[in-house]
Amino acid sequence: LTPSLIALSMIAGIILIASVVGFYAGARHKMDLEQWTVGGRGFGLVLVWLLMAGEVYTTFTFLGASGWAYSRGGPALYILAYMPLAYVISFFILPPIWEVGRKYRLQTQADFFQIRYGSKALSAFVALVGVVFIIPYLQLQLVGLGIIVEVSSFGGIHRTPAMIFAFAIVAAFVFTSGVRGIAWVSVIKDFLLLFAAVFIGIAVPYMYFGGIGKMFAAVIHARPAHLVLPGATKNLGQTWFISTVLLTSFGFYMWPQGFGSSFTAKSSDTLRRNAVVMPLYGITMPLMLFVGLSAMLVLPNLSNGDLSLLTIVRKSFPVWLLGLIGGAGALTAMVPAAIQMLTAATLFAKNLWRPIFAPTMSDQQVATLARITVLVITAIALIFAVYSSVTIVSLLLLGYAGVTQFFPGVVLGLFSKRVNGPAVFSGIIAGISAVTFLMLTRRDPWMGWNAGFVGLCLNFAVVATVTVVLPRRASEDTNFFAAKVSSI
Amino acid sequence: MKRPTLGAIFFGLVPFVAVCFSVSLWDRIHPIILGLPFNFFWLILWMLLTPLCLWAAYRMEVHSGNISPAKKEIH
Repeated sequence: LTPSLIALSMIAGIILIASVVGFYAGARHKMDLEQWTVGGRGFGLVLVWLLMAGEVYTTFTFLGASGWAYSRGGPALYILAYMPLAYVISFFILPPIWEVGRKYRLQTQADFFQIRYGSKALSAFVALVGVVFIIPYLQLQLVGLGIIVEVSSFGGIHRTPAMIFAFAIVAAFVFTSGVRGIAWVSVIKDFLLLFAAVFIGIAVPYMYFGGIGKMFAAVIHARPAHLVLPGATKNLGQTWFISTVLLTSFGFYMWPQGFGSSFTAKSSDTLRRNAVVMPLYGITMPLMLFVGLSAMLVLPNLSNGDLSLLTIVRKSFPVWLLGLIGGAGALTAMVPAAIQMLTAATLFAKNLWRPIFAPTMSDQQVATLARITVLVITAIALIFAVYSSVTIVSLLLLGYAGVTQFFPGVVLGLFSKRVNGPAVFSGIIAGISAVTFLMLTRRDPWMGWNAGFVGLCLNFAVVATVTVVLPRRASEDTNFFAAKVSSI
Repeated sequence: MKRPTLGAIFFGLVPFVAVCFSVSLWDRIHPIILGLPFNFFWLILWMLLTPLCLWAAYRMEVHSGNISPAKKEIH
């Protein structure tokens, strides 16, 4: 038995067990569209907590955060700041979103725009933007799976075949499980990840430096500037930090999958109480940064920071532990990837394809189309993953720059009567255009500001201007769902 | 939708001020507390304090009658 065989078979075993659990949890329920996408809207506190945590703890947490601590240093602190703030935002916006969702039986984010602004074109556009910007997120999960197999096989299996294999597993998992199965696999994944994160986060600094405090003392001695902004970068300073933290905390529940997962809750109070406790769950994040910083001193010459966590695990621990941690990492990529695929596919089939090209489709046909879409979208993400070498965190920030453009339409839509469809539509277009322009011309950050945040500001300005300029319509109040919903 | 009360919004803003807008005040290494550089210590501290702020915001909402807690989940 070679070390790589032991590690790889442990990873395969963990994936297999998780898939069986997912299959059984999913198979007990009849799979209509509502069951597949929102689990019949019957999840209590625990299951919603797990599902939402399942979205938080992705490859980004596991490999990306340590990778940025390794390669960028100080800028990685934005990760510790934005997570609690994201739950603050969710405390205020998810309960009303859920109320609307229950009242109108919404399944997707685009449904929300449809019911609030009464425009099929806007809803289809929101679906399109959502699907496009979910692709980098899906891509980073595949990159993560590829890295896990590459490191665990001691370089024996190249990243590209590993990613193709991973793609097949995740797609099969989505087909058989649906959202309920995924929520239960989240349970396994969260326990494993929690164990892995606490163990590595404490053991690695201890092994090489004698403790976390001593590790920091060594970093302060060797490279003090690495620990504060802008760290090892030139242009990710304090302005970038503020704008990125705002962008990502506003955008956290603008991901179509996060938005959709709020519909799975049993009550709006479930979501509110969830938001109160969720920041505690982020306590594994600093540990991941500690690992990245340790690796920076122990293994200073890695080609890519995203490799740092697994490489140091491989160097430090017996190979079965590498397998266990690799398996935890694999689930950490698979579960969110499955939710993202499911959401993107439902959005495409239900809110983009059916209203525009095939209005007569039944829900059953939509479900079938959604399954085909899963394959297409993941194949696109796979192609990007094979041909690009962007870091995991940068991929995530790219996605945020896109999905956060929904924020004005959602928040103003919930709490303001005045704002209307044309205003929101033009705001999103302005925001996305600004982001695309700044990123393609390599102006991110722009004068120190995160490009996505610049787009968001422009977006808000356009929404406000168009809302004020357009004459008030008599039908404004009847379009606004507040009156109907709060009177239940 | 019913808007949240001002009290709840206040408690929601506290973490934003603490970990975002005030970055220039706490992004430094010294003083080192519990072995952590000050910026790491500060951000980890607010992971623990944010739930307290949200709990306070929750109480404000219940107090104002905006929400009635937990009735639906008792079986």
